[in-house]
Amino acid sequence: MSVDQTHFRTALLDSAAAVPSGLSDGAGRPAGGRFSVYRNNVAVSLTEALEDSFPVILKLLGEENFRAIMGVFLRAHPPKSPVLARYGADLPGFLEAFPPLAHLPYLADVARLELALIRAYHAADSRPADASILQSLSPDALLQTRFTLAPALELLRSPWPIHAIWRFNSEEAAPKPSPGAQDVLIIRPDFDPEPVLLPPGAAPFIAALREGQPLGPAHDAASEAAAEAQAEFDLTQCLSLLLSAKAITDIHSGTTP
Amino acid sequence: MSTIAKSVALAGAVTAAITAQTIPAAAMEKEKCFGVSLAGQNDCKAGAGTTCAGTSTVDYQGNAWTLVDKGTCTEIELPAQADGSARMGSMEELDRDLPQG
Repeated sequence: MSVDQTHFRTALLDSAAAVPSGLSDGAGRPAGGRFSVYRNNVAVSLTEALEDSFPVILKLLGEENFRAIMGVFLRAHPPKSPVLARYGADLPGFLEAFPPLAHLPYLADVARLELALIRAYHAADSRPADASILQSLSPDALLQTRFTLAPALELLRSPWPIHAIWRFNSEEAAPKPSPGAQDVLIIRPDFDPEPVLLPPGAAPFIAALREGQPLGPAHDAASEAAAEAQAEFDLTQCLSLLLSAKAITDIHSGTTP
Repeated sequence: MSTIAKSVALAGAVTAAITAQTIPAAAMEKEKCFGVSLAGQNDCKAGAGTTCAGTSTVDYQGNAWTLVDKGTCTEIELPAQADGSARMGSMEELDRDLPQG
């Protein structure tokens, strides 16, 4: 008698389910004990994978709570791909909808930040564009100029202080987070991704550039968003960040009329 | 601000940003360097699957776990946001039906 995949897989993710019958070892003896070991290792290895990918969530929840919650998560959301580095894409949504964590509403966005760091790490390499070309353009042409941004760039906007929470749990002697919304840009100037806190207006500016909008309209969007936050958008500061982060990979200059 | 004044101001800001990049790109180049991290000190930024997982023998799904406030959640006190969502407190007991093993 053989075991079908569906039965095997169901029992693998449900420790309350009976060991599938019909499993035998090399000598033809029943292999129920071996199945239990395998079932156990599946849960443990996936939990460890999530610990590797979400070190800040692990710290926020504490090891014991994290493991218990991930036990529920991994059974509800087993991997869809054999690439373990990508495992956990469903975690933010799960954390959001998990009633016992309803009092920690910032967890999901912190998990999104950790996922974005991993995506940035594995994103394609790129080479920065020579920005000096911008100095040769007329002011009008500059307004029409579009940029291609590095594939590793990740933009996150949250009503929670996710950058401060991430720092508090990742860096020695980082200050305690205080309430407030935070926009974060993940840059990867070389090989390691790094989350950078964005000033007012910068997130809409970068989002507009990434959509392919020219510098002029992107600057307008940024100024409006900053004004709503009773601040002023600092284009020099934002461009300096993008340039030093090697985040601008191509410049399509507008034509001078 | 007129369109001309705006575009000139914008051009000034762009020039300022470019001239601020004083370090030549070549001086900032880094090389990939493997195998030099001390054990346990390598930056694990690649995510899961890059280390040897699955060597443990104890299932974490034990349902007899006691709740201990080990996380840093409890150190972070955030007042309710504008939408009036709850102020966070300490880790409460997880009373959801955890799988029975």
